[in-house]
Amino acid sequence: MTIIEETAGSPAPDASRDADRPLLEVRDLHVEFHTRDGIAKAVNGVNYSVDAGETLAVLGESGSGKSVTAQAIMGILDMPPGRIPQGEILFRGQDMLKMSGEERRKIRGNKIAMIFQDALSSLNPVLSVGYQLGEMFRVHQGLSKKEAKAKSIELMDRVKIPAAAARVNDYPHQFSGGMRQRIMIAMALALEPDLIIADEPTTALDVTVQAQVMDLLAELQREYHMGLILITHDLGVVADVADKIAVMYAGRIVETAPVHELYKRPAHPYTKGLLDSIPRLDQKGQELYAIKGLPPNLTRIPSGCAFNPRCPQAQDVCRTDVPPLFPVTERDGGALAGRGSACHFWKETIHG
Amino acid sequence: MGRYVARRLLQMIPVFIGSTLIIFCMMYALPGDPVRAMMGDQAYDPAVVASIKKDLGLDQPLLQQYVNYMTGLVQGDFGTQIASQRPISDVITDAFPVTIRLTIFAFTFVTLVGIGLGVVAGLRPDTLRDRGLLTLTLVLVSMPSFVLGFLLQYLLAFKWSVTTPTVTDSTDFGQLALPATVLASLSLAYVARLTRTSIAENLRSDYMRTAVAKGLPRRRVIGVHLMRNSLIPVVTFLGIEIGSLMTGAIVTEGIFNVRGIGIEIYEALTRREGATVVGIASLMVLIYLAASLIVDLLYAVLDPRIRYA
Repeated sequence: MTIIEETAGSPAPDASRDADRPLLEVRDLHVEFHTRDGIAKAVNGVNYSVDAGETLAVLGESGSGKSVTAQAIMGILDMPPGRIPQGEILFRGQDMLKMSGEERRKIRGNKIAMIFQDALSSLNPVLSVGYQLGEMFRVHQGLSKKEAKAKSIELMDRVKIPAAAARVNDYPHQFSGGMRQRIMIAMALALEPDLIIADEPTTALDVTVQAQVMDLLAELQREYHMGLILITHDLGVVADVADKIAVMYAGRIVETAPVHELYKRPAHPYTKGLLDSIPRLDQKGQELYAIKGLPPNLTRIPSGCAFNPRCPQAQDVCRTDVPPLFPVTERDGGALAGRGSACHFWKETIHG
Repeated sequence: MGRYVARRLLQMIPVFIGSTLIIFCMMYALPGDPVRAMMGDQAYDPAVVASIKKDLGLDQPLLQQYVNYMTGLVQGDFGTQIASQRPISDVITDAFPVTIRLTIFAFTFVTLVGIGLGVVAGLRPDTLRDRGLLTLTLVLVSMPSFVLGFLLQYLLAFKWSVTTPTVTDSTDFGQLALPATVLASLSLAYVARLTRTSIAENLRSDYMRTAVAKGLPRRRVIGVHLMRNSLIPVVTFLGIEIGSLMTGAIVTEGIFNVRGIGIEIYEALTRREGATVVGIASLMVLIYLAASLIVDLLYAVLDPRIRYA
């Protein structure tokens, strides 16, 4: 078990209970968007948790609800049209959905920080990076402009931006893609938050820079012992850094597993399909597998299991009954810690 | 930066020569001439008219007249009005401050009220107050300024006696308020719409989401992050509007009898006083050019992505 160090000045809500609790726990979260075409159900009962120092990878196609879940945790959903009809988001045991706007603002950036996908559009184009980094210290810690700038330079050094002191007054467009993403990371790290949510942090970068940025993120996470939610659709990125994986489809978690278990033995046909569609050198020359069809329209999610129209194993029960997240066990019934699959036929899928 | 400014200042010379030449030619192309206009309806002896024209150099070819005029202008001589025999530089120094006061008044109004309304509407797009502003500005844009001018003059001055119908003392800001409002109305509508669109668009941008995710207070998110970006196109527009306000003053000054360059240029036009029209118009061209240079420089200050070498 991990003992979480409280940063000075933050409230310590019942430290004895705090230790058993995950850092962040999402319970039965629903998010819907009211649009002209009807109600889009983006998130339909998501449960996951992250401990301090742990990395949870949330995997899924575009529109699977992984980013919306993250935005709900951050409290940056556009409401309206967004709405959270039910669910709890517990941060250190406190439901953030019940907090006042001001309480949530103080958590944002300070205790929970987020790294966005496209650093160029996510940074303000007309403010210097030093100003944007320094803002964190000025707003949350009340430092002066001068102190904040010194801290910004320190941060930029920390994320290995060369000649930080000379570049602190530069603007986002003057940096390369990788350097900009480092600035985003530095901004998220500024106040040493307990949890970082990285929403596809490497998608906009080229492959060599992707690895550098992921390594940096993993290194800093270890050092500060932060929880990390890594949202991605890149299975390669996940394998290196994640501790556990949650696979999302149509706003639900369809499979959870410790990272290597999932790659070895997927227990959901969707996960299996994803893994089979990775190009492999030893299958050179053969046709690459692809999951048939398209992700469902969120205003008209299919009845039963949302994946059933695309599933090679679908039976009648899949079209009528929504599968809950079954605990996945060994063939003999031996427990497999942290594994779950929302498939009626998980046994057949994992044990063949 | 210095080189850029120098280049822009040098570019002003051909623009200035070209625009004065065009205005000069247009005055020449108009039917009638200043000497005949001075005679009015009286019967006149063509020989007398011809001799006066010869004295004034008006019998020379157009290009020669232009060269004569420009030679005088370079030496600081704007020429003399034919009818009143007043030096044109005196006419300008009398009338210009009046128009400047009116323009500054209207410009301040446009900036404060236009941006204010735009921000209020843009922060809540597609709500009642946003729709209300769009309708109001649509009315202002589609109403000619003389209609609005006479309407307000009738209601405020004659019917309710809130203000004087015409301006007798241009240093009295109370009297200038009504003409300034009328003059400002069109620009105000454009500025409000531009600000509203810019705010509503930037509100949805990724960096705004970042600013919220950083845990900044709403005041700061809007005041620093949103406004800095949204006002860039508005500032550009405002700079150009200084020129339009001065030219728009011609109609407004007529309605409210403000003795500014608008009335002078109008009277000079009816009397075919080419030198006066060209003199005042050239001055406006210069103001336009200076305003657009300042706007371009300001643009670089506001948006670091733009750098002049």
